[in-house]
Amino acid sequence: MSGNLATVSYIGAIILFILSLGGLSNPETSRRGNLYGMVGMTIAVLATVFGPRVTAAGIPWIIGAMVVGGGVGLYAAKVVKMTQMPELVALMHSLVGLAACLVGFASYIDTSIQFTGAEKTIHEVEIYVGILIGAVTFSGSLIAFGKLNGMIGGSPLLLPARHWLNLVGLLVVIWFGGKFISAHSVSDGMMPLLVMTVIALLFGIHMVMAIGGADMPVVVSMLNSYSGWAAAATGFMLSNDLLIVVGALVGSSGAILSYIMCRAMNRNFISVIAGGFGTGGGAPTAPKGEAAQPAGEVVPVSAAETAELLKEAKSVIIVPGYGMAVAQAQHTVYEITKHLREKGVNIRFGIHPVAGRMPGHMNVLLAEAKVPYDIVMEMDELNDDFPDTDVAMVIGANDIVNPAAQDDPTSPIAGMPVLEVWKAKTSIVMKRSMASGYAGVDNPLFYKENNRMLFGDAKKMLDEVLVALKGA
Amino acid sequence: MALTIGVPRETFAGEKRVATVPEVVEKLSKLGFAVAVESGAGEAANCDDASYRAAGATVIEGAAALWAAADIVFKVAVPTAAEVGLMREGGTLIGFVWPAQNPELMQQLAAKKATVLAIDALPRQLSRAQKMDALTSQAGVAGYRAVIEAANAFGRFFNGQITAAGKVPPAKVFIAGAGVAGLAAIGTAAGLGAIVRANDTRAEVADQVVSLGGEFVKVDYEEEGSGGGGYAKVMSEGFQQAQREMYAKQAREVDIIITTALIPGKPAPRLITAEMVQSMKPGSVIVDMAAERGGNCELTEPGKAVVKHGVTIVGYTDLNSRLAKQSSTLYATNLFRLAEELCKTKDGVINVNMEDDAIRGLTVIKEGEVTWPAPPPKLPAAPPPKPAAAAAPAKKGGHGHGAASEPMAGNKLAIMFGVAAALFWFVGANAPAAFLAHFTVFVLACFVGYMVVWNVTPALHTPLMSVTNAISSIIAIGALVQIAPPLSGALPPDPWIRWLAVGGIVLTAVNMFGGFAVTQRMLDMFRK
Repeated sequence: MSGNLATVSYIGAIILFILSLGGLSNPETSRRGNLYGMVGMTIAVLATVFGPRVTAAGIPWIIGAMVVGGGVGLYAAKVVKMTQMPELVALMHSLVGLAACLVGFASYIDTSIQFTGAEKTIHEVEIYVGILIGAVTFSGSLIAFGKLNGMIGGSPLLLPARHWLNLVGLLVVIWFGGKFISAHSVSDGMMPLLVMTVIALLFGIHMVMAIGGADMPVVVSMLNSYSGWAAAATGFMLSNDLLIVVGALVGSSGAILSYIMCRAMNRNFISVIAGGFGTGGGAPTAPKGEAAQPAGEVVPVSAAETAELLKEAKSVIIVPGYGMAVAQAQHTVYEITKHLREKGVNIRFGIHPVAGRMPGHMNVLLAEAKVPYDIVMEMDELNDDFPDTDVAMVIGANDIVNPAAQDDPTSPIAGMPVLEVWKAKTSIVMKRSMASGYAGVDNPLFYKENNRMLFGDAKKMLDEVLVALKGA
Repeated sequence: MALTIGVPRETFAGEKRVATVPEVVEKLSKLGFAVAVESGAGEAANCDDASYRAAGATVIEGAAALWAAADIVFKVAVPTAAEVGLMREGGTLIGFVWPAQNPELMQQLAAKKATVLAIDALPRQLSRAQKMDALTSQAGVAGYRAVIEAANAFGRFFNGQITAAGKVPPAKVFIAGAGVAGLAAIGTAAGLGAIVRANDTRAEVADQVVSLGGEFVKVDYEEEGSGGGGYAKVMSEGFQQAQREMYAKQAREVDIIITTALIPGKPAPRLITAEMVQSMKPGSVIVDMAAERGGNCELTEPGKAVVKHGVTIVGYTDLNSRLAKQSSTLYATNLFRLAEELCKTKDGVINVNMEDDAIRGLTVIKEGEVTWPAPPPKLPAAPPPKPAAAAAPAKKGGHGHGAASEPMAGNKLAIMFGVAAALFWFVGANAPAAFLAHFTVFVLACFVGYMVVWNVTPALHTPLMSVTNAISSIIAIGALVQIAPPLSGALPPDPWIRWLAVGGIVLTAVNMFGGFAVTQRMLDMFRK
């Protein structure tokens, strides 16, 4: 295959990738979109393998590597549980980051293509930056994986003077960058490159360690973005437009997701990355003034009473949160939904953009449980409908339904858009205890007159509700 | 020492309610109180002596013995002078008192050194007090009953039907006053299938009317009629003129009118004139729930149902007693909630805490000293009339997706353009042509990505992430071209490069296959 043919194939692949992302605008077209992505990838790989840059000697190696990697990937895709999707995605990001590092190093050692002058400098800067981003993505994603998996505690680790540490790290990286570019031979340049890689790895670890559990959607989408930029940097390094385009697509996609997540929490992107909750942070349970203390009493109910309320309701909105994922309650939720729908109850789901640990996490869980997607709504689609709703059931969520975000300007989460469940005639909150949410903010919703608390494990309680519903 | 709650038989003529029911007796016992019930107290409300006994109450024969045994008396109707005479010195009375209307009664009670909690004096605007609000619970029952009385007197179905025997149009019901009773009436009438319209001088109740299935009829005149404390106030002459026209129009159109309009401390407003009654269709019904206070309709005769100009005018003043069991149950629960507030220690001893806003409002006489009227409570919640302003800021931020929510401020935009221009100039001045070509592609691709991704529905954000993950394994191309490049010169390729490249391919292959496969698995789950 000639160089020109390979280039044309790349253009075809690019178009298919763009169509693939475009297909995701709607569940109907999304499956075809995924197919486009696969076809595009196949074309790109084949065009490269049979293109001018790869000789026949490499093909056995390529096939061997592909079979090993592909086997692992397919196996993982088959066995992963939907509640574990955030972990899998984080792990995959780390692979992209590591691959970018490896390719960067290989490209540096490779002396078969020689550059001079400005081109050489640019090429080396590209390698340097590519490895830097790749290493940060790799270590950061691994930590994110550990946090999502529960291997590493979810609370933010805040080192003293952490911003200074980061700044010093950055200066060291720049200084070594200068040495790297001025190095004359590969062996001279290797030392600064390795030092930088180590610093980048540490930086990635530090960055994600400092971020708390509920900010994970932002982190995961940010790492998604980084893995794209790593690919784009690799593309520059190898003068390959396909890599550049795909990297830019993925990078901007992740950046937009991060932006959406931040806006949904009314948080500044910088402050999320800087770590902790509120930059003054460190003590999220610190007293926030007596004025914020909600007054009133908490009214607990039993599963049977909850079933009673649901039975009498004409319209119900369910607001799921991370607690539903933890308790694996989505299937029971579906059973209840099905039962109520057969009774003619208008039942819908309200999804807050940051519910769960990954953008769209709740949607995937509900889809797994076969909840039809046309009754799963975004926050803005049904927030105005709460006053006409008989029962709003909150399953394992807290901060995203906290009225303090609207009512109390001194609250740490003031201004964050929330689902207005308290406007429903009755709201039921399912929770394991009265403990406050991730933000450490007491939730006045629990003390509202029309609110009921159903304490216990979400799965167990919902099972009881289902039995009570079917029983009568 | 646990106190005894006494529940006498109501003596007021036609009063069928009772101040506690057997289910509530059990709950009161759990608070530590002993409960004594006069024999036959609950008979008219379908609660016989045996059921009280079964619930743990002692049944005492005769009013005198009961009053003597009771430390606290629960009553429904305002006590008569005879009843006050039976009362124990220094005892406690809880029930309806209406201190403004009954000054002599207040004096008698004060002379008895009694402590009196008037359930009608509850500060209703305290949200905490709602569970004790007997006015609300009783009005709700009365509103329901009013519709039932109307249906009883009305000669047709409420709901429209199309039957083999012909078409039946639905009844049209107009409800004047959308307070608790009015709202209950709206819900009941709508539930029976009637077309329901309602009016109230307080514009803010319009939403509540609609939520219960009614249609809010506006008076064509601008004036705010909220008088505080959940009641309406007297309106201006211009408004009343417009209101009369509206009522006259409704009277000609509807089959049933239920009036519930009351203004505190004043006779009920005259809404329905004799001419309006005359203009109604024969067989129509008016239920005047304000009959006791003079009636909203000119032709109402309190306590009776009369037919005038072919229209049945129901002026019963005992709607609650006509649904005695339900009224009593709700009233008993209200009093139980109050007992809970009075006895937080659950040891059967009450503490009339005058620091508590709700209790302070209720207490009209404390140990013989008249404490009525209570100072207005400090309002903790419900800032009066600014609902529009409160709703507005909540809407900002968080649109699901679409373009950026607001246009950026001008100077911010200018700075961004400036920075971008400087960057571009720097790149253009220094970079070689080959780099520029790639740079162009990069910048354009960022924009394409931006446009495409904004269109992704939030529900598919997780699949988006996994598919972009899969796509970013395109980095494999970088590894592929390094594994066995065409030889340049005689040098064999460095084995390091090969192993790094193989490693890269393995890693990206995991992503490539795994990413697409898991995306497919997820997308297959999204179905209608």
